[in-house]
Amino acid sequence: MAQDVETQAGGNVAIKDMLHNKEATWLQIMLSSQPFWITMSVLAIVVVMSFVNENFLSTGNFFNITRNFSFIAVMAVGMTTVIITAGIDLSVGSTLGLVAMASAVTISNGYPMEAAIAVGIATSLAVGFVNGVLIAHLRLSPFIVTLGTLSIARSLTLILTGATPVTLRRVGEEADRFREALAGTPLGVSTPVWVLLVLTIVVAFMLRYTAWGRHVYAIGGNEQAARLNGVPVDQVKVSVYMLSALTAGISGLLVLAWAGSALSNFGQTWELRVIASTVIGGANLMGGVGSAYGGVIGAALIEIIRNSLLLAGVNTFWQGTFVGLFILFAVLLEKVRK
Amino acid sequence: MALLELRKIAKNFGAIRALDEVDLRVEPGQVLGLMGDNGAGKSTLVKIIAGNFRATSGAIMLNDEEVHFHRPIEARKNGIEVVYQDLALCDNLTAAANVFLGRELKRKIGPLRILNYSAMYARAGALFGELKSETRPRDLVRQMSGGQRQAVAIARARLTDSQIVLMDEPTAAISVRQVVEVLDLIRRLRDQNVAVLLVSHRMPDVFAVADRIMVMRRGRKVADKAISDSSPEEVTGLITGAIEAA
Repeated sequence: MAQDVETQAGGNVAIKDMLHNKEATWLQIMLSSQPFWITMSVLAIVVVMSFVNENFLSTGNFFNITRNFSFIAVMAVGMTTVIITAGIDLSVGSTLGLVAMASAVTISNGYPMEAAIAVGIATSLAVGFVNGVLIAHLRLSPFIVTLGTLSIARSLTLILTGATPVTLRRVGEEADRFREALAGTPLGVSTPVWVLLVLTIVVAFMLRYTAWGRHVYAIGGNEQAARLNGVPVDQVKVSVYMLSALTAGISGLLVLAWAGSALSNFGQTWELRVIASTVIGGANLMGGVGSAYGGVIGAALIEIIRNSLLLAGVNTFWQGTFVGLFILFAVLLEKVRK
Repeated sequence: MALLELRKIAKNFGAIRALDEVDLRVEPGQVLGLMGDNGAGKSTLVKIIAGNFRATSGAIMLNDEEVHFHRPIEARKNGIEVVYQDLALCDNLTAAANVFLGRELKRKIGPLRILNYSAMYARAGALFGELKSETRPRDLVRQMSGGQRQAVAIARARLTDSQIVLMDEPTAAISVRQVVEVLDLIRRLRDQNVAVLLVSHRMPDVFAVADRIMVMRRGRKVADKAISDSSPEEVTGLITGAIEAA
């Protein structure tokens, strides 16, 4: 099959060039992939839990898990692209909070739902743009830059309403429309899950099949080499920080719609869960490795652990320990695979 | 006619004068060996030609037209390819992905322009075949030997109809057998009328393939002559300063 394609395109291909097509089979690729093993872990936990607690596989619980993890997983998809470039974005939690608050203020002041969404998206892109420009063009450390914007975005969220929550309940038709649009359950699946599904497919496609995606990996592999070979490194870097912020903004809108009000502490410390998700899903903080699906399955694992411990009646204080152990396990798994 | 001509190129890094009015000429199908001790200015000169640095003063003429390169990509667009000393490879990508880095082949699907994997694998495979290298397009560079990595970097330089290939110490870190292969490749480039600027510390390699030799010392050109008019002894003297100029 691959032979036909290659002979057609190249013409000048010897038989020995074809033989290696066999060498890395799908099975081998799968077995050496971290997302595969994390997927297996998730399935294993699901199987075990279905025996431990009959409520685990109930529609209601399934609905809860998928919606809860979607908020984190949406951001993990964006974060993954940043981490592949060997960057980090600590500002996503604060960006989520700022976007939720800005959109809530917009809508509660009588503006239409579309305006609120536009304000939210624009806010998130602005944060991502600032991050990206400072990191790519001024060559500042991603850790420090996004630590700065983490602080600034959270502070702006507090300033916006003086830390007063903004409710979307009983403030008018537009607020109701907003909640229906973003917190509904089309075809029995909650909107955040649909959004996550589409986002994951789009980003996974972009990473694998576009020059942009190729460049994201190249920057993480050897930034200097990418630059020397004409990869627009600075633009690509700005784009990944904007994508990361955009996913935080999308998540902010979804959380706002689901909660029905904006609190000034929305998203606080979520950046750590997002980063943990991407790392569990196989992204390497040194750059060059990671996938959109990995971030999603990593987020799913964390949520399933939390949910399982809850249903198994384990004291919730233990959740952090279990999640932490899985992070360490994921890093060890990566070492072992090499 | 000179393909590439540098006129009185100078480069200052702060108070340090790295290059002092260096002239250089290279013609199509010619291999110019550029030699000099560490800090003589060879790499700086190559980086100016390749568009990594801008000269403080002087002119770069390509086919008798003055050119200004602000970035490496501009030099490449003008037919100047560079094989960097560290090879500038991304370990996490495949051989084919490295060969096509920055100039990926794409095909249109509706409004989308997506990577054309099969065409890139095929073309990279053909290039490795021409180089008689066992490098496989789908292999990750991380898993490759030094010689295979070299082949990837050289295949990249042959991707287009380059007029000039700059090679920075291509034989510094590879096995004896691979050195022979790289020197063969340089000859093949020359036979295809490509000009090769070979920066090297290795006297035998330069004398094996170069048509002309240029020696630099402390940012100045101290010799520029046909290889047949020189000798390793003379070049050693020029590099160390035992011979003032030739």
